[in-house]
Amino acid sequence: MLVNQEKIIEALIETVQMVAFSLLFSALIGLPLGILLVVTRKGHLLENTVVFNIINSIINIFRSVPFIILMVAIIPITRMIVGTSIGTAAAVVPLVFYAGPYIARLIENSLLEVDPGVIEAAEAMGATPGQIILKFLIPEALSSLVLGFTIATIGLVGASAMAGAVGGGGLGDLAITYGYQRFDTTVMLITVAILVVMVQGLQSFGNILSKKIRRR
Amino acid sequence: MIEFQNLKKVYNSGGQQVAALDGIDLKINKGEIFGVIGFSGAGKSSLIRCVNWLEKPTSGKVIVSGHDLTALSVREIREVKRNIGMVFQHFNLLNSKTVFANVAMPLTLAKVPKDEIKKRVHELLEFVGLADKANSYPDQLSGGQKQRIGIARALATQPSILLCDEATSALDPQTTSSILQLLKKINKEYNITILIITHEMSVIREICDRVAVIEAGKIIEEGTVFNVFSSPKTPTAKNFVSTVMNDQLPDSIKEVIKKQQGLQKVFRINFVGNSAGQPLLSQVAKKFNIDFNVLFGNITELQGTPFGNLIVEFQGPDSEIRRAIQYISQEKVSIKEVTSRAS
Ligand SMILES: Nc1ncnc2c1ncn2[C@@H]1O[C@H](COP(=O)(O)OP(=O)(O)O)[C@@H](O)[C@H]1O
Ligand SMILES: [Mg+2]
Repeated sequence: MLVNQEKIIEALIETVQMVAFSLLFSALIGLPLGILLVVTRKGHLLENTVVFNIINSIINIFRSVPFIILMVAIIPITRMIVGTSIGTAAAVVPLVFYAGPYIARLIENSLLEVDPGVIEAAEAMGATPGQIILKFLIPEALSSLVLGFTIATIGLVGASAMAGAVGGGGLGDLAITYGYQRFDTTVMLITVAILVVMVQGLQSFGNILSKKIRRR
Repeated sequence: MIEFQNLKKVYNSGGQQVAALDGIDLKINKGEIFGVIGFSGAGKSSLIRCVNWLEKPTSGKVIVSGHDLTALSVREIREVKRNIGMVFQHFNLLNSKTVFANVAMPLTLAKVPKDEIKKRVHELLEFVGLADKANSYPDQLSGGQKQRIGIARALATQPSILLCDEATSALDPQTTSSILQLLKKINKEYNITILIITHEMSVIREICDRVAVIEAGKIIEEGTVFNVFSSPKTPTAKNFVSTVMNDQLPDSIKEVIKKQQGLQKVFRINFVGNSAGQPLLSQVAKKFNIDFNVLFGNITELQGTPFGNLIVEFQGPDSEIRRAIQYISQEKVSIKEVTSRAS
């Protein structure tokens, strides 16, 4: 094996950092967008066709560009924000561009599942749109939202490995530079194993949390 | 209390115009239980949803507690809504929240202090008979219990109007009856005006004071429940009344009448109020030279007043029978000859 344990742990930490930060920022972007996608659609709380169409199209554009191309295409933006296009911090920028719109869609889906009757009851009580979103829509969708975030997080683990391959660091970087380019099968297997365990762990955690929220 | 003036609602669905409400004029008085009955698609939900602005009318006016809703701002309408509770067919409770939190919701929205909310919610749960379910979740309750929670929630802000859109349509007959009794109790104890929308005439019979029949977006008949039940005018109203009055003759009786046609005289006698009962018939038998034979009969109670329906066969000379009929025909009794073809 060409790398020591320390190097693997370092790569793991980098991956975790990449995923954590990009998840945080993409949630901050995706959550409001997802909510807007629901409440501005026709017949909903704050119907607004213009806002809906704009957000909907932007999300579709980002969602249709493969991550590897998105990463390269937005290098100028990455440089502008982070100052460099290489390294873990720089990888977070394309990851957010990738996961933000994805999370918006997942949130949209979860919120659309909420029984329209509940929203009607809220309106009958004289709830404001803000109250309806915070006290009715989100609590009713919470269990499903958690599953959505789980999917998004796992997606980010995969994408972060790709970002790593083009100089972002992390487990992907490790697998490519040692496992692939230097034919170190052991390193390859170890990274794959770590990724598998990570994804399994995340999914189980998400399932348990979601179930706990649903209470049955 | 609630007044509709030439209310119209037109939906635009897929380029097609649907006139759900076509000029409704209706007045619901303070403290009464008013029922609106109609077939599916008649416009009942559209009508009731205009009262708390879940639906904005296309034209016409809705006046609630003296406020013309069409003239109010969104904020003002929210205030009016606090004075109107609504109960739904499918309960519309939050499954993610406990029974307590569900009932507390309108108070939380109105930013009522926590300890006050606690006190009020416990009172309400006590009132609907589910004090022990405060910490349960809606999916642990039966349909009837869910509706009781829905009712408690609707009463949380002490509204003066309660709207019920098919509140019992998802429930079995026994549960329906208990929910209706609860609504009656609410009306009596809190003097809350209740507007009930239903397609079931039994609901109207059990608790309403007045009723309007709606068809194709129009009110086609309106009156006290007693009057509409005892003398429905439109075919639709007659149809609804017959669903609960059970005044159809059983086939076996029809058979008897058919066989004996020409020999005997068979009459349908409708009794109303205190005149419902046997003394009238026995008086007739004593006063005139005829005998009678009751073939079929039933008595329904409408708002505490008995309403009877008897099929009676008279035996005796024609002239005597004619005189007897004249004697019977008073204000609250109607008598009609029944032929084999009649129902
Ligand atoms: N949101 C809507 N969009 C289009 N048409 C509607 C809508 N709501 C109701 N309608 C139509 O209006 C008519 C009356 O509906 P509704 O008031 O729900 O009747 P009811 O409650 O008596 O069954 C029906 O023909 C129905 O299809
Ligand atoms: Mg309806």
